[in-house]
Amino acid sequence: MPAEKTVTAEDLAKGQREISISEFFVKNKHLLGFDNLRKSLLTTIKEAVDNSLDACEEAHIVPEINVEIKPISEDRFIVIVEDNGPGIVKEQIPRIFAKLLYGSKFHRLRCSRGQQGIGISASCMYGQLTTGKPAKITSKTNPKRLAHYFELIIDTKTNEPKIVQEHDLEWPEKKTGTKVEIELTAKYQKGNQSVDQYLKQTAIVNPHLFLTYVNPEGEKVEFPRATNELPKEPKEIKPHPHGIELGILIKMLHDTEAKTLQSFLQNDFCRISTKVAKEVCEKSSLDCGARPERIAMQEAETLYKSLNSTKIMSPPTDCVTPIGEELIIKGLKKEVDAEFYTAVSRPPSVYRGNPFIIEVGLAFGGSLPSDELVRLYRFANRVPLLYQLSACATTKSVVSTAWRSYGLSQSKGALPAGPVVILIHVASVWVPFTSESKEAIAHYPEILKELKLALQEVGRKLASYIRKNVKAKEQRERANLFEKYIPEVASSLSSLSGEKKEIIQDYLEKKLKKELPILLGDIKQKDETKE
Amino acid sequence: MKQKNSPKSDLEKLGKDIVSQIKAMKNPEITIPVRALSNVEFNEKTKTLQLGNKEGKRSFFNVGHTKKFLQTVEVASVIKKELLDTGKHEHLRGVFYMTKRTIPGTNVNIVDEQVESDKIIEDLEVITDLSREQLHVSANKMGSMVGNITILDSGDTIDCSHLGKGGYSVPSITDELEFKKVNAKFVLYMEKASTFERLVEDKFWEKNSALLVTSQGQTTRGIRRLLQRLSEEKNLPIYVLCDWDIYGAYIYSVIRYGSIALAHASERLTIPNVKYLGITGDDVTKYDLKKHIIKLTEQDMARIKQVSGYDWFKDHKEWQRQFKMMREFNGKVEIQALSTRGVSFISDTYLPQKIKNKEFID
Repeated sequence: MPAEKTVTAEDLAKGQREISISEFFVKNKHLLGFDNLRKSLLTTIKEAVDNSLDACEEAHIVPEINVEIKPISEDRFIVIVEDNGPGIVKEQIPRIFAKLLYGSKFHRLRCSRGQQGIGISASCMYGQLTTGKPAKITSKTNPKRLAHYFELIIDTKTNEPKIVQEHDLEWPEKKTGTKVEIELTAKYQKGNQSVDQYLKQTAIVNPHLFLTYVNPEGEKVEFPRATNELPKEPKEIKPHPHGIELGILIKMLHDTEAKTLQSFLQNDFCRISTKVAKEVCEKSSLDCGARPERIAMQEAETLYKSLNSTKIMSPPTDCVTPIGEELIIKGLKKEVDAEFYTAVSRPPSVYRGNPFIIEVGLAFGGSLPSDELVRLYRFANRVPLLYQLSACATTKSVVSTAWRSYGLSQSKGALPAGPVVILIHVASVWVPFTSESKEAIAHYPEILKELKLALQEVGRKLASYIRKNVKAKEQRERANLFEKYIPEVASSLSSLSGEKKEIIQDYLEKKLKKELPILLGDIKQKDETKE
Repeated sequence: MKQKNSPKSDLEKLGKDIVSQIKAMKNPEITIPVRALSNVEFNEKTKTLQLGNKEGKRSFFNVGHTKKFLQTVEVASVIKKELLDTGKHEHLRGVFYMTKRTIPGTNVNIVDEQVESDKIIEDLEVITDLSREQLHVSANKMGSMVGNITILDSGDTIDCSHLGKGGYSVPSITDELEFKKVNAKFVLYMEKASTFERLVEDKFWEKNSALLVTSQGQTTRGIRRLLQRLSEEKNLPIYVLCDWDIYGAYIYSVIRYGSIALAHASERLTIPNVKYLGITGDDVTKYDLKKHIIKLTEQDMARIKQVSGYDWFKDHKEWQRQFKMMREFNGKVEIQALSTRGVSFISDTYLPQKIKNKEFID
């Protein structure tokens, strides 16, 4: 042993150092949506578009967004996202785009898209790390004033924005709005998990959005609006006592402005009345007048337990904004070419103190391929989920629904097959995901139950459509077939027997008229009474 | 099968019959004997497979039947108009193309694949009691013949002893061939073309006064009819040489007893006194072929079980012994295995010995 040098605490301390934000980013990029080149392109556009939509809706502006991907070389692109939102005040711009973990959405409970990822600053950071180029931001907040232009990079040691260039400029074509340009290394590829697919699905669940998209091949796609109405503004709610973790409770106790435990409980949570607050205090043997800060240090766990064991009214549900059946159908109609559309919007429900709403839309027939598995479009607060299909609660629910009784074919343990698109939207103040990458919805029993009910309801609607229309159509086609066969049979028989074709055809047609109702069964007769 | 009536008038009768049903405002239908294992019987007296009495109806105003009804009258009319009226012959493939077209105003083809028109032609055979050959429809040429025989084929005289290694290419319809001069003691039919080539090169037919005939795999109708005619008209014994496996046994079975698909044509195709020459299980022991045994697959096993249960094999002691040996050896042996004893062992030793000692299975 003496040969070996003993390691002291001082030695160990030398090895400890601050982790730079860029190192953290590189090591955790899979959590942030930058796992690979293809996904990085999608995440960057997703963050920018989600931000634009949220900003427009908050400012009551009907959104108009332009997305462009300019190719620089095979694996290098410039992503440009431009909106007609309210713009961003000059002082805020550097921190929003060039400081990680800075924002307004993380701390509040309301339906917004932004909780999806770490934010636009991560995209700027990714661009900076892969190309060394600054992010370029143009923003205009007032039609009568000039726009601000920034070129920003993140100081990767301190996580503080660095301004490379800054000046004002004319931006006459926009009243207000923001434009983000990020150069990055990425890969463009079409398919299920592509930018194209993300934008198409975004257009479906945001029927108030007018979107133009220019892909790297220079093709321009327009996604028109189906409505000029903005979604109802989501209300912010206070957390429900049954929906928080102990750590959050401690933090809330620390941060509260309330002077006493009772007023903390009543003011910082929803659904806690004076009576309930007193009951909770009593259960935890705590003084109603105690200082919340002190509780945070010592009795938080006791408080947490008694909060959870106390019966408390479910949270209000008007804070969750559904898309609505009518708009889901409109959205599907403009982006999916089918012959039958339906949608179901379930009443709000609650899981672990968080209100949520399940909505399901379905498109059937038309130009959809009938020999493939159904296509499943998944959304959380109007944001398309393109990855981790099989891990998602929505997929599980679709698979476990008995589609055969609704007229589709389905192998055991698989998605059903048929010319169908199924849209599932989970709206909640806090959408539960299975992992930090936020691509799959967690399997809470309350959510699974609502999904099942919604899927069964659209299933029944589909089944009745198939019964009425598809079967009737098949029957009509059959009747038609006899009509078309008759001349063929007549001409063959004519050359076989020597009898005149016209005579044979005449007899057969007369006979068809007589036989038709029997051949086609009830459905045809019903159709005739309708017409 | 009838020979006397003219096929043309038979088809015409079929048409007239349907037309009179139509004029009576009936749902026109065609009666077709069922061609399936359930309607095939083994006739103990003739020792051949025969079609039973079950009949099916095919009617026009029936959603499930209508297309087949149309196909049936269409194929019948094409055969009458294009072949019988002109005296020309056409291949199955040609009949398929003559009927394949899209029905105006639909995306439906009268036939989509050749199997459909082939099936209809077999249906027409049982409906009209006419053979495919009488309907002037031919199939693939898949056979050859070599030996001291002179044939008159469509006006050409062919001497099958002067046709080199390939021999005479047997046409698909052999009913109309004329045997001019035959100088042979027996006919040897073999499953394998490679064995045929071996025997031709060794001049086996010359040395043993034999006619050599082959067709790849299952024996075609043309070859079966040819063998039957040589047996009946020229009184030549017919010997069959196959691999020693269940498929070889079934090739023999078809030639001897007939097949399920063509049970309606058994009379024209089966040969009651055909003899199975080899390979047998006993040959495997006698000629030391055991090391060339190929292991049976599950499929082989299943087929042995099936074939050994057929009515005509069920009580056949010798064949049951062969099937038993196949199971015991758990294997099969190809004809070509004989070449391990020497390239020409088959022509110099095996075949002459077998024929001399009359080692056959009847």
